[in-house]
Amino acid sequence: MTTRTLQFKIYRYDPDQDQKPYMQDIAVEVDSTDRKLLDALVKLKAVDDSIAFRRSCREGVCGSDALNINGRNGLACLTDLGSFPDGKPIVLRPLPGLPIIRDLIVDMTQFFKQYHSIKPYLINNDPPPERERLQSPEDREELDGLYECILCACCSTSCPSFWWNPDKFVGPAGLLAAYRFIADTRDQATNERLDNLEDPYRLFRCHTIMNCVDVCPKGLNPTKAIGKIKDMMVKRAI
Amino acid sequence: MVNRKIVGAHYGLKDWLAQRVTGVVMVVFTLVVAAALLQGAGGSYDSWRAFMSAGLMRFATFLFIVSLCWHAWVGVRDIWMDYVQPAGIKLALHVLTLLALVGYAGWAAQIIWRL
Repeated sequence: MTTRTLQFKIYRYDPDQDQKPYMQDIAVEVDSTDRKLLDALVKLKAVDDSIAFRRSCREGVCGSDALNINGRNGLACLTDLGSFPDGKPIVLRPLPGLPIIRDLIVDMTQFFKQYHSIKPYLINNDPPPERERLQSPEDREELDGLYECILCACCSTSCPSFWWNPDKFVGPAGLLAAYRFIADTRDQATNERLDNLEDPYRLFRCHTIMNCVDVCPKGLNPTKAIGKIKDMMVKRAI
Repeated sequence: MVNRKIVGAHYGLKDWLAQRVTGVVMVVFTLVVAAALLQGAGGSYDSWRAFMSAGLMRFATFLFIVSLCWHAWVGVRDIWMDYVQPAGIKLALHVLTLLALVGYAGWAAQIIWRL
């Protein structure tokens, strides 16, 4: 089995012990069965067990191992080790713009607060039918590319508007989810949802720079969803 | 006053739309002026003055100036909203920006109709 040594530069900060954050140089040996960055991180943990990071499903579904990898947000479990150039250390930092709890673990409270603020659930006051609320295949199709979001926060934490106003701007992840319910023909709160977003901060902080689209590990397009919300607001206003 | 985060000013759409519409007005005006310059309207002071003082051109130039100021208002306020957090300073900057832009628009109108 062929092995190779990977060099890492990892952001370290333990608020109980460290005066300030620092970058730690550390090397780890990986073999050919280690495919993803997360595999290497798990081995790193064996070299230095004080390194803290989140992980769970290891297959791009839970969204817990989002990191800033060589300056770009992504999921450790979906990042191929083969994609890193040889001889250059892999720089790992926590997601930018959120408070650090420890090392690579960030406090996602603000991110989830914004997600909750758009009421991410179906609002329908009619009594539910015996089996299910039906949709035409065309109406259902509109939800493709919206419902797949895993809330890893790669997008929102790569968005400068979210960095400046995380308490007021909903952020790409929240707005994608907002459009998921605005677009749902079974939802009855469309107007209230649009009212909730018609604000210079909550929606219109988005200046279409598309960092969110660039980094989304699920290949989703929050910018397009935001554009559709704006379109609906224009149609509603004229 | 309790320190709560409050949003929901409900003018987001209007300003976003205004920024786009004024942008289009400025693009059209710029193309018209560029076309006129290519056809030699800027060849001499007299030809340039004749072009700019025509009734329709005065109207268009004024529309351009108003669009420019309105566009700048939305854009500059966006900068204050992002980078200035204390409400008092933010309000003062908003007012100063607005006053400056209104002043510029008035000054421009005076120049256009003095031609």
